[in-house]
Amino acid sequence: MWRDAALVAGKDLRIEARSRVATNQVAPFAIVVLVLFGFALDPDRGVLARASAGLFWVAVLLSALLTVQRSFAVESGDGAGDGLRLSGLDPAGIFLGKAAAVAAQLALLELVLAAGVVILFDAHLGGAALLLATSLAATVGLAAAGTVYGVLAAGLKVRETLLPLLLLPVVAPVLLAATRAWEVGMGLSVDDGWRWAQLLAVFAAVYVTVGVLAFGSLLEES
Amino acid sequence: MTKPAGGPGTTLLGAAALFGMVTTVVLGIRLPPTMEQGPYARLIAIHPPLAWASYVAFGVCALASVGWLVPRTRSPRWDQVAAAGAEVGVLFCTLTLITGSIWGRPTWGVWWTWDARLTSTALLEALFLGYLALRRVAYDPVTRARRAAICALVAVVDVPIVHFSVDWWRTLHQGRSLAQLTPQKDLDGSYVSVMLLGFVAMTLLCSWLIVRRSRVEAMEQALEADTFEVALEERRAESVPVS
Repeated sequence: MWRDAALVAGKDLRIEARSRVATNQVAPFAIVVLVLFGFALDPDRGVLARASAGLFWVAVLLSALLTVQRSFAVESGDGAGDGLRLSGLDPAGIFLGKAAAVAAQLALLELVLAAGVVILFDAHLGGAALLLATSLAATVGLAAAGTVYGVLAAGLKVRETLLPLLLLPVVAPVLLAATRAWEVGMGLSVDDGWRWAQLLAVFAAVYVTVGVLAFGSLLEES
Repeated sequence: MTKPAGGPGTTLLGAAALFGMVTTVVLGIRLPPTMEQGPYARLIAIHPPLAWASYVAFGVCALASVGWLVPRTRSPRWDQVAAAGAEVGVLFCTLTLITGSIWGRPTWGVWWTWDARLTSTALLEALFLGYLALRRVAYDPVTRARRAAICALVAVVDVPIVHFSVDWWRTLHQGRSLAQLTPQKDLDGSYVSVMLLGFVAMTLLCSWLIVRRSRVEAMEQALEADTFEVALEERRAESVPVS
């Protein structure tokens, strides 16, 4: 299973490295979202700095949608999906591989966005351990849930419009928990940030398990 | 062919639901206004029962989805019941949010507040709206049933996580309605009895709607399957024999 996962993740990341969709389209999109937040909220009164944790994670969520769409779009052309099904790879391995590739792209995107909120919103990234742990758990959770819903909507004519409706309510707890934890890490509030990080870890564990169990039957006919 | 009206059992259930609802409404309107909330307190006769009925319907959807996914019990009937449960659940959930807003405006001063219970109810509704949207997408019945069943279970798995996260986030809502049953609470006895009647009536109504809706779903699916055959026959009839 792990070898299959590494194969699929390697394949997806090679495609992204060659096509440069993540770096040329998704990352600039995320930065544009940050700039739009700047227009929407008055930048002169420190609103942006106070809201930077939440805005960061909203931008991550929107970019995650694009990354997941992309992850399944590469399987829809040239019979790639059939190739994957006929490859004899373990479905759980395919799920873990695709989720790992999405997670790796999201992690890079979060680095870009973190630089973005520091430069554009004057945010201070203080508690590095909490910020990193939160990001790790949230990224795994987003990638796992995104991959489950990605395959659920795969092969449908309306997948571009259906995926956000399916995925966003499900990952709402990730936005909530990651935002609260980052606010603590950025010194914006004095909550117990690690409790939120634990909730994110539970979310990630639940969706990795669901994906490993359900991916096979969903992949069969997508 | 399945009939939407069903047998005498369904008619009896419908009659009981109608009787229960009419009694709840009549008694609810006659409840005395309270000091703090005035006439709006009467909404207790239907608002908590509506929320309860939506949980029942979503629970039916989840159980029916399990029924479909387990190979030994797999049958299109489970898929139809799951579809009906989700649809009725969304209906009751919407009514819960609407009656809650009508009560919240005079009592809290706002139509909506970001309190834990409201937020998680809204998210629950959004999860099942996504489920219904997935069902609407045309696909062959088995694929649709499988995807919908997995989607329902994944949504249900999310419910406790949503609940905890939102609960930690903030809490302002009234205590649980059933906690009002303890004698030391200041809720008047007539309110409690009308609310309990409301729970029974709403559960009956919810069950009746699910039974009826799943029958309609079964007919729709039968029609879907027949349409293709009929179209094929029509094309064949149009063909001119080669002489």
